Amino acid sequence: MATKVYMEALSPTMEEGRIVKWLKQEEEPVMDGDVLAEVETDKAIMELQARGEGTLRKVFATEGDTVEVGTVIGVIAAADEDIGEILATVGATEGERRADGDVGPERAASGPDTAAPVAVAGPHGAAAGAPMQRGRVKASPLARRLAKERQVDLRVIQGTGPGGRVVRRDVESAVSGPRHVHAPATGAGYEDAPLSQIRKTIANRLSQSIGPVPHFFLTSEIDMERTAEARDELNNVPDAPRISYNDIIIKVVAQALRQHPECNAWWQDNYIRYFNEVHISVAVSVEEGLITPVLRNAHLKSLREIAAEGRELAQRARERKLKPEEYTGGTFSISNLGMFDVDQFTAVINPPEAGILAVGSVADRPVAVEGTMTVRKRMRVTMSCDHRVIDGATGARFLQTVKRMLENPLAIVW
Amino acid sequence: MAQTATASVLDTERAGFYRELLRQMCLIRRFEERTGESYALGKIGGFCHLYIGQEAVAVGALAALRDDDYVMGSYRDHGHALARGMSAREVMAELYGKVTGCSRGKGGSMHLFSVERQYLGGHAIVGGHIPLVAGAAFAIKYRGEDRVALGFFGEAAVNNGAFHEALNMAAVWKLPAIFVAENNRYGMGTAMERASAVYDVATRACSYDMDREMMDGMDVLAVYEATARAVARARDHRLPTLLEARTYRFMGHSMSDPIHGHYRTREEIEEQKARDPLHTFGDRLIEAGIMSSEDHEEMERRIGKELDDAVAFAEESAEPDPYELYTDVYVD
Amino acid sequence: MPTITYRDALNQALKEEMERDANVFLMGEEVGVYQGAYKVSRGLLDAFGEDRVVDTPITELGFAGVGIGAAMVGLRPVIEFMTWNFALLAIDQIVNSAAKMLYMSGGQIPIPIVFRGPGGAALQLAAQHSQAFDSWYAHVPGLKVVAPATPYDAKGLLKSAIRDENPVVFLEGEMMYNAKGEVPEGEYTVPLGEADVKLEGSDVTLVCHAKTVTVAQRAAQQLAEECGIAAEIVDLRTIRPLDTDAIIRSVAKTNRCVVVEEGWPFCGIGAQIVDYIQLYAFDHLDAPVLRVTQADVPIPYNKRLEKAAKPSPERVVEAVKQITYLD
Repeated sequence: MATKVYMEALSPTMEEGRIVKWLKQEEEPVMDGDVLAEVETDKAIMELQARGEGTLRKVFATEGDTVEVGTVIGVIAAADEDIGEILATVGATEGERRADGDVGPERAASGPDTAAPVAVAGPHGAAAGAPMQRGRVKASPLARRLAKERQVDLRVIQGTGPGGRVVRRDVESAVSGPRHVHAPATGAGYEDAPLSQIRKTIANRLSQSIGPVPHFFLTSEIDMERTAEARDELNNVPDAPRISYNDIIIKVVAQALRQHPECNAWWQDNYIRYFNEVHISVAVSVEEGLITPVLRNAHLKSLREIAAEGRELAQRARERKLKPEEYTGGTFSISNLGMFDVDQFTAVINPPEAGILAVGSVADRPVAVEGTMTVRKRMRVTMSCDHRVIDGATGARFLQTVKRMLENPLAIVW
Repeated sequence: MAQTATASVLDTERAGFYRELLRQMCLIRRFEERTGESYALGKIGGFCHLYIGQEAVAVGALAALRDDDYVMGSYRDHGHALARGMSAREVMAELYGKVTGCSRGKGGSMHLFSVERQYLGGHAIVGGHIPLVAGAAFAIKYRGEDRVALGFFGEAAVNNGAFHEALNMAAVWKLPAIFVAENNRYGMGTAMERASAVYDVATRACSYDMDREMMDGMDVLAVYEATARAVARARDHRLPTLLEARTYRFMGHSMSDPIHGHYRTREEIEEQKARDPLHTFGDRLIEAGIMSSEDHEEMERRIGKELDDAVAFAEESAEPDPYELYTDVYVD
Repeated sequence: MPTITYRDALNQALKEEMERDANVFLMGEEVGVYQGAYKVSRGLLDAFGEDRVVDTPITELGFAGVGIGAAMVGLRPVIEFMTWNFALLAIDQIVNSAAKMLYMSGGQIPIPIVFRGPGGAALQLAAQHSQAFDSWYAHVPGLKVVAPATPYDAKGLLKSAIRDENPVVFLEGEMMYNAKGEVPEGEYTVPLGEADVKLEGSDVTLVCHAKTVTVAQRAAQQLAEECGIAAEIVDLRTIRPLDTDAIIRSVAKTNRCVVVEEGWPFCGIGAQIVDYIQLYAFDHLDAPVLRVTQADVPIPYNKRLEKAAKPSPERVVEAVKQITYLD
């Protein structure tokens, strides 16, 4: 009697697992209870045990593949048994995936004690991060078709359309079977990293908790005395463009991002794109609202270039003359409301970017320096981070670099 | 009131022509009787309006035309089609809805067409085809031809805007059009005097400064001669004419209408039957020695055989193929 | 390439077709001596004489019927309605005579005729002069319905319409006559029944025709600038026969559609298009298909109310945001 090997739910919240290693190979004999494979769950690396005896006749997932819980990943059968029928159906239809109440003949035959794989639709699944929808699932026809093609159970997908309708983007972000893992790519200016299970779980849980982009905020107060001095000196150079605090902040942030590429990234649903280049989106208020022209390759530009280009972009932004490619493609944003005497604020992330730095005014503030109260030029910055990409400590380290550079501007050239 | 045209004395040199007029009237009468029988047997469906009583109008008017002139009629069009020379076979087959019908079974009783005979249709919206008659006449003038366009319609159509619009244009543009109002006294069940401020249809032409004649519509020769005068005006001078034929229908408005109904009396019908164009003209030909009773019987016998053949043809012909449903919607 | 107005493009089409075929003539109110109520027929009387450029009485039913009668016996009339609002008086002729003649004559009598004139609302002409009848005519088998949006299409489509063997309802617009566009010199035609993708895009399909092409274009610009949404504009050009392939192709690509039309919503062109989409592109849809139409009211005189009644780029943008789940 052939036994199908399913990707089992090896943790209460597991929705999919990555095959780390097959410990049994095709055509190898298998005893009930043998460890077939190591599987990375959302929590840890676990062992997948055999639930039948015979020969591991066929495996359907290779090492590194991520497969949804309930997917058939192998067949155990007698060496001479005909498994043609299973081979023909597996992978072709979602009928091979366990659904709620679907008791396959082999499961019935093997008796209730032969613990069937926990199906995605089982009670544990329902209790997991993605709550199971009851009754009819509202989904767009396209989402239904995609879900069928990609073998995703619509019931476990959280719809973001009107009335919770599951739409294409929901299926696409839910999908991560072997066929849809975005092949890690390395372009000229970036590198794509597949999501680890833990990264995915963080992303899912936090999104549900706080919204599609789970923000958190880090605030730091920076001593700007030396930056102010440096700026004054630069602005005393005859015929040079006037340098603003913001120009210096752009420069510093760009430098810091090169040192902390984990903050210079895009959330891409199935993967994270880390950029080698730094393109800073600078929020500019215009009559109708807000636009973010992008200072491209800011890490390669001199302060004078940043000053000149920034001013030119802002001017054209106010005249609404920016081309689309001039306000898209940024990797990190800066929003400065210092000129409005705002001490401190939080800014909203500009997706798919993972961070934005909100810059307050440079103001004289009393502060204790080496035990003595004195008045210094101080500035508060708040970084909003997309927690799916950036964790607290990661963001904090980046912010620390920014602070150090502004407090010692010579570090820019370091 | 316009002068009613009456027929001149018979010219024995035209005996063949007179006999043909009678034959056509008899053909129409017998055809319509067969139609009534087939309708009663459920072989013919839909609206079906018989021409019995009015035969002299179609036969007399169309006798004045050439084969290349254009003719249109209303929904009471069996008589027009036959008088225009369309075969009893193709008309009966059309009533049967067969593919061998003149409109391939798609038109039916009210939409008989034959481009070959330049019979450009029975049209079933009262008055709607009168502008089309003017349009055909416009084309004749446009191309500098000497054809005419003749259209039949009932007297009730003259209260319709289309009638006035068409006559106005025909007059102002001097189109070779002949408008023949068949005044059978009732628009369906409404007597003309109950519906129209002016009883004489021909008078309507005054509004358009158009030539007009009133004809005894039960006298085939009177209709022929008046129409011939109108044809001459149209062909030679490109002038339109409004003709009114005073006629009478012996049957109900349609097959679903009793013969006399509530709107007219049995007595009136009997009185009108004394004017039956077949009897009066047949008697006249016999009296004038143009035809014998035996000739008349022989003619009827031949018509009977022709109609036996037509009905058999219609019975035996094929229904249109289902695919015909979607053909003839557009010219590809 | 010369840039000319929509009006002159139509004028060129008429002139060229009348030169090409002696059976083509123009008939309607004020087409001759007055040179056309909207000057589409300017100069044609001088060029072709009053036999071929025929001023009519104000008698829409009558001259529509005269045109059809002439077409029955072989001429190729172009019947101008001063506006389609007046053609309601002639609709019996268009529907009962022109559209059905071929069918009820068993294929014997084609009606090669063009009925043309401006339709829909212009500016503050109030209820009786501001009606879009596109869907009325498109409802009728036997008619073809054409509604060009640009001078190029206007000329090429009118020439095709005149050469077509079927009755063609050709819908223009007062507000479009002054629109300019490039029209090549020399002979060309645009086939009936082919839509034109006026703008390629990937995120949403905007199906439109005639005046609403401009509405869609403005909306597309706004969507690109403000939301980064790339709209694809499918200009139907011919309403009947409808180029369903073009619509389905586009919707299969974008998965979303907004149909923009000038007429009333109930049983409108958009209703038909939505039906085709649900039938042939059901599994491509990621959102319901929305429609932007004229408000379901007679057109008011007051300028602000009238503006609110008409389809606008803002309403299209709003609809697109809704089905791209951006709002």
